[in-house]
Amino acid sequence: MTDYKMHLLICGGTGCKASESDEIKNRLNQLIGDLGLADEVQVVLTGCFGFCEKGPIIKVLPDNTFYVQVTPNDVVEIVEEHIVKGRPVKRLLYTDPNSAEQISDSKGMDFYKKQIRIALKNCGFINPENIDEYIARDGYQALGKCLSELTPEEVIKEVKDSGLRGRGGGGFPTGLKWEITKNVENDQKYVVCNADEGDPGAFMDRSILEGDPHSVLEAMAICGYCIGADKGLVYIRAEYPLAIQRLKIAIKQAEEYGLIGDDILGTGFNFHIELRYGAGAFVCGEETALIHSMEGLRGEPTFKPPFPSVSGYMGKPTNVNNVETFANIPVILNKGAEWFSKIGTEKSKGTKVFALAGKINNVGLIEVPMGTTLREVIYDIGGGIKDGKEFKAVQTGGPSGGCLTKDSLDIPIDYDNLLASGSMMGSGGMIVMDESDCMVSIAKFYLDFTLEESCGKCTPCRVGNKRLYELLDKITQGKGEEQDIEKLKDLSVVIKDTALCGLGQTSPNPVLSTISNFEHEYKAHVHDGKCPAGQCKSLLRYDIVEDLCTGCTLCFRNCPVGAISGERRAPHFIDQTLCIKCGVCFEKCKFNAITLT
Amino acid sequence: MPKIKLAENTVQLIKDICKEFENKESELINVLHQVQSKLGYLPAEVQEVIAKELKTSVAKVYGVVTFYSFFTMIPQGENPISICMGTACYVRGAEQVLNEFKRQLKVEVGESTEDGKFSINCLRCVGACGLAPVVTVGEKVYGRVAPTDVKKIIAEYKNH
Repeated sequence: MTDYKMHLLICGGTGCKASESDEIKNRLNQLIGDLGLADEVQVVLTGCFGFCEKGPIIKVLPDNTFYVQVTPNDVVEIVEEHIVKGRPVKRLLYTDPNSAEQISDSKGMDFYKKQIRIALKNCGFINPENIDEYIARDGYQALGKCLSELTPEEVIKEVKDSGLRGRGGGGFPTGLKWEITKNVENDQKYVVCNADEGDPGAFMDRSILEGDPHSVLEAMAICGYCIGADKGLVYIRAEYPLAIQRLKIAIKQAEEYGLIGDDILGTGFNFHIELRYGAGAFVCGEETALIHSMEGLRGEPTFKPPFPSVSGYMGKPTNVNNVETFANIPVILNKGAEWFSKIGTEKSKGTKVFALAGKINNVGLIEVPMGTTLREVIYDIGGGIKDGKEFKAVQTGGPSGGCLTKDSLDIPIDYDNLLASGSMMGSGGMIVMDESDCMVSIAKFYLDFTLEESCGKCTPCRVGNKRLYELLDKITQGKGEEQDIEKLKDLSVVIKDTALCGLGQTSPNPVLSTISNFEHEYKAHVHDGKCPAGQCKSLLRYDIVEDLCTGCTLCFRNCPVGAISGERRAPHFIDQTLCIKCGVCFEKCKFNAITLT
Repeated sequence: MPKIKLAENTVQLIKDICKEFENKESELINVLHQVQSKLGYLPAEVQEVIAKELKTSVAKVYGVVTFYSFFTMIPQGENPISICMGTACYVRGAEQVLNEFKRQLKVEVGESTEDGKFSINCLRCVGACGLAPVVTVGEKVYGRVAPTDVKKIIAEYKNH
């Protein structure tokens, strides 16, 4: 192996690839080659660094310099200054928004300070397409130890003792699930990895598969050893082409190394892994629906019991775990259950990965110990609300979850506390909202999602959610009536109680949670015909204040529908019949001459 | 919908794909993925061939095709435009961007323009939430799109 003096790690996650990180890599390689430094400087395309807001990111080792928002045009300067002359390019360093100081080492950044990385430990450090780099960071050590030193019972005990709970949202103890599947007698069993990440705004599973696919494969093999399965299936969304490609490469490499396949490490244990593709159905994240989809059927859920542990894929006992859950396993077995169980809260051990998005300064992927408060996540790691606006709510648990308000900022985040505050952990999406987000519209947005994703099998979900949506739509149109809010509540409770599967049972949660926290906003729509956040178009009206308008024509030129008229240097006028209420004039006006009522 | 006649080599292509999966009914979704990636869409006539090959009913194939949003029975435009309607993009204004595309191209979601150049679709989260709101045209990803950028994006593809 070449002994490189310097490594340039470039983020190759989906977000940064969209911002030309491939082109950056190519230019770097070319320049370094031209300078004859190819034996000394290595350029590596890694998985996600997590700091997506500032991507594309380049990290330089060994000095740990962290460059943000790099463009292909910056490459020449990085090579000439940093690599050749050893002087960091200051203008590309991260500037702390609070102290206005430039920070060179990522360890000094608030975004990373409070994070502990277990599931993401290799993301952004290794080349996911090279198994040697995974092995160099203790990869496949846990599998080797399990196969040669431990009995399945001992491994299961270790996982149980660690207190690891399912990271897909349910929070079911992982070790217990393995034990149940192990104890069912059958000649054929399956291990399934649920990578059907459907919660819009959550992308941790994708990032793990893109950045560290071997950790998941290793854990699946360990699970197979424990429960007595020789076949593993990864059910992954077809919308994740990069993750699929990296998984395929990883499986091939692991097979070549004899870490997956027949007679693994000469122990006589066989384990094969195949991919199955989803085709865009949120409900397939539910394990019975997922199994039906893998069998080539419509992904409709069925009643539990029987649980997949007893009768799953092809009617055989099947252990289904989520990507992030699996990614924790090798680390737990390497470092021990005791180490793991010291992190977190009493009932929720370890860390949780959250996808922080929405109106927040530092959008990205973070991993924090259970028990971290929302305030720490949003203000310390997330850097606060965008554009200096006021925090209003954060939605956790996606379309099945609920919103948390200012009152919940100091609650330690874990499975049970989130449930108690009317939301849920879910897969870890955290969408931050500010004062300009209308909570009725947010509830409507989620219902629209559920409507589209409802499989239609049971009436409460198919019809009930449609009625909920219509009520919400009526309210946002300004046509709401006094009794509508009560109707929403009643219907929500009925759907929760009677729907067949998790999708329907949780679909009214956004409605109930926004009503319980923001009933005044619903009332403002119904009683006063006003949208306090100024988002519901039917309730808005833009006008130009004659006295303030200078006739600069900026609004006239920017109006996409030609609704604004007026002479130069004379007050302008908005034709309300043409106005589509896009708000462009409001944003563009430099004289605050446009009012929004 | 008018009936279309499949060319002989198209039928053969579908049969070959089915054969690749040993004509197993349980491989239906994989077969559909493969066929759609080759033909672009899955019209009724294609489904009939698949049903015959996998020895299952057309109703079942149709049921699966219409269940999953990834499968489409309508041909896409030359430049398929997808607007991400994940929550992160939504709260950063994806709806206004979508409306602007609909207005400029005069088509609804799931439709193609008359000249077949563009089609509009919504998708749920490409996972580039740091770039919200996100629009993809074919393979190209546009980040931080504002309604005022829409005209420019369409113009890039108009003369292709």
